[in-house]
Amino acid sequence: MDRLTRRRFLVASGVTAATALAGGATAIGWHTLVQRAGTDPLPPGHKVLVLVTLYGGNDGLNTVVPVDDPAYHAARPELAVAARDALPLAGGLGLNPGMTGAKKLWDAGRLAVVRGVSYPRPDRSHFRSMAIWQTASPESPVSTGWIGRWLDAAGGDPLLAVALDPVLPPALAGATTAGVALALNGASAGTRASAPTTGLRPPGGAVGMAFRGLGAAQDGEPELQARAARAVRDTVRAAELLGPATMAPADPDDGDAERTGGASAGGRSALAGQLDVVRRCIELGAPSRVYSVSLGGFDLHANERATQQRLLTELDGAVAGFLDRVGRGPRGADVVLAVYSELGRRVVANASDGTDHGTAGPVLVAGAPVQGGLYGEQPSLTDLDDGDLKPTTDFRDVYATLLAAVLGADPGRILDGHPGRVEGLVSA
Amino acid sequence: MRRLLQRVGFGPRPGELDRATAAGFDATLSALLDGAAGAAAGDAGAPPPTLQPLPVGADRRREAADLLRTQVEQLRRWWLDQMVSAEHPLAERLTFFWHGVFATSVQKVRSASMMLAQNQAQRRLGGGEFRPLVAAMAVDPATLVWLDGQRNQRGRPNENLARELMELFTIGVGNYSEDDVKQAARALTGWRVDRATGTASFDRRRHDDAVLTVLGHTAPMGVDELVGVLAGNPQCPRFVASRMWQRFVSDSQPSPERLDGLTEHAATMRELLGAVLASPEFLAPESVLVRQPVEWLVAACRALGVSVARQGAAPDAMPDAGPDAVRGGLQGLGQQLFAPPSVGGWPAGSAWLTTAAARTRLAVANAAVARADLARVRDTARGERVRAAGELLSLDWTPRTADALAVVAGDPPALVALALISPENLVSA
Repeated sequence: MDRLTRRRFLVASGVTAATALAGGATAIGWHTLVQRAGTDPLPPGHKVLVLVTLYGGNDGLNTVVPVDDPAYHAARPELAVAARDALPLAGGLGLNPGMTGAKKLWDAGRLAVVRGVSYPRPDRSHFRSMAIWQTASPESPVSTGWIGRWLDAAGGDPLLAVALDPVLPPALAGATTAGVALALNGASAGTRASAPTTGLRPPGGAVGMAFRGLGAAQDGEPELQARAARAVRDTVRAAELLGPATMAPADPDDGDAERTGGASAGGRSALAGQLDVVRRCIELGAPSRVYSVSLGGFDLHANERATQQRLLTELDGAVAGFLDRVGRGPRGADVVLAVYSELGRRVVANASDGTDHGTAGPVLVAGAPVQGGLYGEQPSLTDLDDGDLKPTTDFRDVYATLLAAVLGADPGRILDGHPGRVEGLVSA
Repeated sequence: MRRLLQRVGFGPRPGELDRATAAGFDATLSALLDGAAGAAAGDAGAPPPTLQPLPVGADRRREAADLLRTQVEQLRRWWLDQMVSAEHPLAERLTFFWHGVFATSVQKVRSASMMLAQNQAQRRLGGGEFRPLVAAMAVDPATLVWLDGQRNQRGRPNENLARELMELFTIGVGNYSEDDVKQAARALTGWRVDRATGTASFDRRRHDDAVLTVLGHTAPMGVDELVGVLAGNPQCPRFVASRMWQRFVSDSQPSPERLDGLTEHAATMRELLGAVLASPEFLAPESVLVRQPVEWLVAACRALGVSVARQGAAPDAMPDAGPDAVRGGLQGLGQQLFAPPSVGGWPAGSAWLTTAAARTRLAVANAAVARADLARVRDTARGERVRAAGELLSLDWTPRTADALAVVAGDPPALVALALISPENLVSA
């Protein structure tokens, strides 16, 4: 990593603080970063997984649209995407008109659509279903996430998994190791250069020493207090590597009524900003193998069509832009991105031109190592389970495939022996 | 005793822990609980900000958005200041608890006055019986907008509110069927929200007056009947007690026997909280909670004697003195009042202990300390300052933290700021 790249990384973070930090005074950590990126970068050929979580329950039927199925148009006359508007894929399916970038990926053979993904006896609660997706344990609640269990197995380096969120998604929490959560927004955004890094003075400074000291392990303290100390420890490490990259501003109150129409089930976004930080981390040679980003607002019980299309357009622009830019960089061949949501919607529209909670939906997987095409079976729109789609693909098949083909891990240990795979999805 | 003051109050002010210790646990507990009655009667705090109606019309959207943002900031400052300055903090503590249960965000509601009205209703009803509270929340204007209740009409059901009412507000997931959700949605039809006045009204013509069956009860149902069925369900008091337990005792669930005991005698939410706090588990070593960012910030302000809201002589607890400062700090920590991340409320436990938060927390601590009078630490001999900082925050240090803080004993502001972000102060142990 040369000086120019480091500086570009900082400045392009879009933060006034960045230039000041790059200039010197408080720029501790970047020496370590340059060192570690120089001596210990993620080796070429190690693939990177970018997980995109769509909070709120995305309507899969209006994302990957069964345009040729009369039952689709009959079930939601006002809400249906017209056949002429959809972007044609194959097998009678078309993409939502907002997803022009995904269509290009499809045409290039780099977009896979895994259809009908859910788990046995789908739960229609956002919270329970999201917990199941993140823990990969549909039968019984567990306290670790699937990526967290991979972290445990991979040797306990928290920087192996990074979430661009102020709070850690459960997926990244392991029994002994938790991934790193880096806020994109927050005090680090709008405030002065001193705000986020005041305490992280050069290691010689007394405050820096004391701060590090607070992260030391202490025998006999309560588990949660020990975790608080561990967070300080992880902060010091993460700050050394990634600190100033986390300061792209985002204003959660800035958004018009339509944009936030489905807000009650969580999530907000500046997805493109999150993915841009991910791209910079990847290009910098950060040792992370998993990045978690999210887009919220999909809980559209009312006036769904325009709002969902706007959200999908945002998703599409962010993802396609990310893959395009990362594809032109040195790590372009290594990046696999997967998009999922915790639940689908009911087949029939409700009377507010929205949809209530349903079951299965498509998982989109894209990137250079991905073999584009359709996977899994399209759920029937006439053979329903009490108004809902019958899932055709177990979500753990997708996880197992990503663990094995992207992270080079043994999925059996992480997914409790789950045997299923999505054959051919990602080339080894 | 410290637990009691941290969890029921937001945290002791200097000297309060000693006084409470002298008075004893039972006396302190009942003083805290009785204090809520006084506060609810209206003897506490500054009046809420006066909120002008937002301008309407397509050409004034930017203006409306700006005014809304300003009003939400006013509300946040006002409420934080209520928490910081409360003599009897339980009313604010309960209101904060209910805000996390009936979690509603201004992001979708787009009205500060509706958010304030909901907040006032939670303050007014939060210590009483559960049924009136949930009845008020089910048709609260902010709730209706948040969960699409105003769109739910006869022949045009929208299940959002009905589902969350059962799952998150009253009986919990697993205790109802999908059919119950569909029927309950019909019981809730007919409510409309007038954005101009911020009020909800019932329109009989839009209500589905069919005979419905919810949880085995069959009758024509409106909101009162449905709430009656839900609040009367045996799972409801257990669900509410569990949620309270998780915010006041520990992340783990109470035993079934304990739940039975808790729900048996407690008619009001204040009595229920009293029973929760009198449980032996509350005093056990395992009762450790991670402080939510709002709790942590309010506790810091109370200990340091600084205010969040008042401008001028009284200090602002945030990095900047500008109006974005409060939001900035709490936003960075992932917890903004009136904007929970989802209808499920804020997370609990170690989810707050992230690296992102650790970084922001130090900045916030520095800013709070910069405005505080640190004489109690500064005027202490250097060798005693670490202990004095512990006294200021009513904490005992582990050797790890005492050693770390000793490094900055010559710099009292840094010492206190680092004490605020110490592992000991991030949890309530």
